[in-house]
Order: sequence, then structure tokens, then C-alpha cells
Amino acid sequence: MQPGRPLRAARLYLTGVFWRHRWGKGLVLLAPPLLAFALVYLASLAALFVSSFWTVNPFTTEIEHHWTLDNFRTIFESSAYRTIALRTIGIAAAVTVTDAILAFPLGYFMARLARPRTRAFLFVAVLLPLWSSYLIRVYIWRLILDQNGVLNWTLRQLGLGPLHLAYSNWAVWIVFSYVWLPFMVLPVYGALERIPESLLEASRDLGARGFETFRRIVLPLALPGVVAGSIFTFSLTLGDYVTPMLAGGSSSQFIGNVVYSSVGISNNVPFAAAFATIPLAVMAVYLLIARKLGAFEAM
Amino acid sequence: MESRGTRLALATWAALVTAFLWVPLLLILVYAFNESNIQSWPIPGFTTRWFRAAWHDQEVRDALWLSVRAGLIATGAALVLGSAAAFAIARFRFFGRESVSFLLVLPIALPGIITGMALNSFFVFNHMSLSLWTIVIGHATFCVVIVYNNVLARLRRSSPSLLEASADLGADGWQTFRFVVWPILSTALVAGGLLAFALSFDEVVVTYFTAGAQNTLPLLILGYIRLGQRLPEVNAIAFAVIVLTVVPVALAQRLMRDTGVLRRGAANVTEAVESSQITAV
Repeated sequence: MQPGRPLRAARLYLTGVFWRHRWGKGLVLLAPPLLAFALVYLASLAALFVSSFWTVNPFTTEIEHHWTLDNFRTIFESSAYRTIALRTIGIAAAVTVTDAILAFPLGYFMARLARPRTRAFLFVAVLLPLWSSYLIRVYIWRLILDQNGVLNWTLRQLGLGPLHLAYSNWAVWIVFSYVWLPFMVLPVYGALERIPESLLEASRDLGARGFETFRRIVLPLALPGVVAGSIFTFSLTLGDYVTPMLAGGSSSQFIGNVVYSSVGISNNVPFAAAFATIPLAVMAVYLLIARKLGAFEAM
Repeated sequence: MESRGTRLALATWAALVTAFLWVPLLLILVYAFNESNIQSWPIPGFTTRWFRAAWHDQEVRDALWLSVRAGLIATGAALVLGSAAAFAIARFRFFGRESVSFLLVLPIALPGIITGMALNSFFVFNHMSLSLWTIVIGHATFCVVIVYNNVLARLRRSSPSLLEASADLGADGWQTFRFVVWPILSTALVAGGLLAFALSFDEVVVTYFTAGAQNTLPLLILGYIRLGQRLPEVNAIAFAVIVLTVVPVALAQRLMRDTGVLRRGAANVTEAVESSQITAV
């Protein structure tokens, strides 16, 4: 594959130009993704922010472009919306704690006790559910928690009474904990795996017993991993509407569900935008705290 | 340092949590063959007819085709933009470098409803009607970071001196790319592409806001589940989707491992795949 001479000359010339002006190459590489992001994503966030100050004319359903705080006033003054916001944040926190409790011993086992083969197996066993369809993993729990589902069948075999978990906040909590669990396991495992063996030996040499080493060495070093995982579990729960819609009941509405129906049913984009700024604000605070705790270095 | 009892307890815990992750997935594989219309347990008998029904359902076919098209185009865009950004970050030092990776991660780190709502406001703002292209824009936005992470991980492991050596031997930029960079990167790109496609193919939270009246496969399934329609078909589709996503992900995982990019075996896929989504450079 011998290229033609003029072509080769042009390419060498360009190569020379970029060699002399290295920043030119950097610019060429960086400009397209950055421009695309600025033009679409940052502009979108700006549009979200701006349109949250607009209103919709209830008669014409046209968006009216004058500035008002009405949307935010509606949200803060209505106890229904307050309850929804608090429920969303509360369940997001509960899911995060649950996943941390489920994930930490597993991550510890993978990082420090399992043999390489077991570790590789467990790693794939955690990774594959993470990438398999989210929607379907939520849907399965409808079948499991159903009145005549797998869970109640199992309980019946054990001679235990049926549980009425389907379409409740309990179901929402279980399903969220299930679908986001891999997001917690992976960073926790990563953080635990990075703890040098020598630190644990030093701790033992200095006379610390197993639990004390765990409490004073392992836990503080693993904490950034837990916080890193919690960013995902918390943020993903905060911004979801599918799980409350499918697994929850009539009193399981999340912020996402209100946004969803404001856009899809009542066509009130400004109000939806205003409500969506609440998780945005919560996440901004959360990310700031996470950075202080060193979560970003843990990833 | 752990006592026997602690070890045993941890092993049991690990087994239970793994079972918790997998039992539901295995259940859906069983439900797909449910003979009855009623989704109760245990299923009364086995049949494969729902697979046939789903395959011949025109709505399902249209939705599948839309999902495939959106996924392919978004993956293509993500491959170009993500690797360009990864090259710039890996090879250059400049002001604001850390903000770049933070920016790329934002569409995934922020709650899905925000990304979806933001894009929706943007489209309404610009009077763009929702189409295949708005879906693609949405998907590309959060697929970029997947490719970016994979390529960046690979570049960090390869030595920049290879490029200098190539230039010293008289190669121009294209030849260096073709004969040095490409062989180093190709598997990372394939892995990143597979993961990006898997993510796009599966996405529902953001897609709803960028699709309007169109149905991607996940949106169609969501509609069926909500209305309680055609659940046997949903089970069959779920079976297919689970199997079809597991294969590319397992493949991507293998591609990132076999080339020695991930030093400690499968272990470091943590960084490469998920948790490095918020990468501090």
C-alpha cells in the first residue's frame, strides 16, 4: 500500500506542523468533544435552568417566556411535593446504606481472602448484572414480589405467612438496592484491594488485634471507595422514575415520576425543569462532600 | 489476620450476595418459557411459542430496529469523540485538564432525570422535534465517557516513546497511527464500543425524554409492563436481551484483560469499566 507522492508529502508536512506545534494537535483532538459537550450538554443544563423560571399558559399550553419563581413556589408550598422530595431523598439514602452493608463484606472477601480464580469469577458475577438490562432487572422483581410470586411461594414452602411487599415503598427499596448493588461493590472492592499488605502487617507488629486493625487501618482506607460507590447508588436512585413506576404503589411517587408526568402528560416542561433542579442541588452538595472525603481519588 | 470464623462468615456472605444478584436473572430465563399467560410461580409448563410471537410482532421489530440504529450511530459518535478526548488528556498537559474529565463524566454522575430533562428543555428551546437524532444525541452524551475511560486506560499503559520511535524511523502521522497507535488501541476501542452499545441499547430513563412518541425497545417494553400487556412476550424479549447483553460485555471484559492492560487480571476492570467514570486525572 504505497501512497502517492504528493499525498505522502502533504502528510509529512502536516506531521511536521503538528510536531512543531504540539498544542495544535491537542487543540484538534480536544476541540470536537469539548465543543460537542459545550454546545449540547452544558447548553442543555443551561436550558433546564432557564426554563425552570418560565411558566406554561394553562389555556394555550404555550410556554410563556417571562421570569417568575412560581414553579419553585408551588414546589415548596405544596406539602405533596415536599413529601415526594423527602421520600426520594430518604429512599436514596436507605438504598445507599443497604448497598454499602451488602457490598463491603463481599468486596473484602474478593480483595483479601478469595483465591485468584474465585476472585475473577466473583468479579464477572458482579459485573455482568451491572451491564445487563436495567429495565428487565426491575421487571423481574415484580414477578418475584407478586402475591403469587417466587418469594411468597418459597415462604409458603417454609410454612411462613405471605408477605405483601408488592407495589409498596418496601418493594422500591429492595429493587433499587438490587439494581445498584454492583455500582457499590466495584469501587469498594477497588479501594480494599489497593490497601498494601505491609500496612496490615505493620499494624499487627504494633500489637493491634484483628478487629482493631480493621477499624483503624482498613476502614479509613476503604471509606473513599464506599463514598465513591455511594455517589452512584445515591445519584441513580435520586434520578430514577422507572423503579417507582413499576415496583412502587400509589404512594411511591419519586421526583422523577412527577417530572415524567409533567413532561409526558401535562406537557409542563418549566415545572418539570424546576422540580429536576432539586436532585441537581442535592447532588451538587453530595459531590462536594464526596470530594472532601477523597472519593474522587478512590475511583 | 482474620480468624477462621470470620473467614467463613465472609465467604458465606459473599455467596449469599452473589446469589442475590443472580437468582433473579436466572428466574427470568425460566419465565421466558412460561406456558401460561399468568405470571405466577411455579410456572405450569414450558413452551417456546412466546419467542416466536415476539419475533413476529411488528411493533417489537420496529422498536428493535430503532434501538439498533440509535445504538450504532451513538456508539460511532462516542468512539470518535471519546478517543479524541482520551488522546488529548493522556498526551497533553494544559490548564483545565481535570475539568475536562469531570465534564465528560457529568452525564452519568448526575441523576438520569436531570440529563433527560436538560436535553428535553434544550430540544424544546431550539424547536427541534424529537427524532432518531435526538435519541442519538442523548445516548452519545453518556456513551462518550465509556469509550473515553477504556481508551484512556489503554493509553496510560502504552509508552509515548513508541510514537517518537515511529517518527524517527520516518513515519508520517498517518503511518504512525496505522501501524503503531491502532494496534495498541484496537481492542480497547472494540471493548469501549461494545460497552457503549450495550449502554445505549438498554437506556430508558434519559431516552424517554429524547424519544417523544417513538419507541426504542426498552421504551416499548416499559409500556407493555406498565399496561400489563403482552407480558409473556416481554419475558421472551427479556431472555433475549439478557443473553445478548451478557455476550458483548463478557467479550469486552476479555478484550481488556487479554492484552495485559489490566495488570492484576480481571481485578482492575474496576477502573477500566465502571468506577473510573468519575476519573480524577
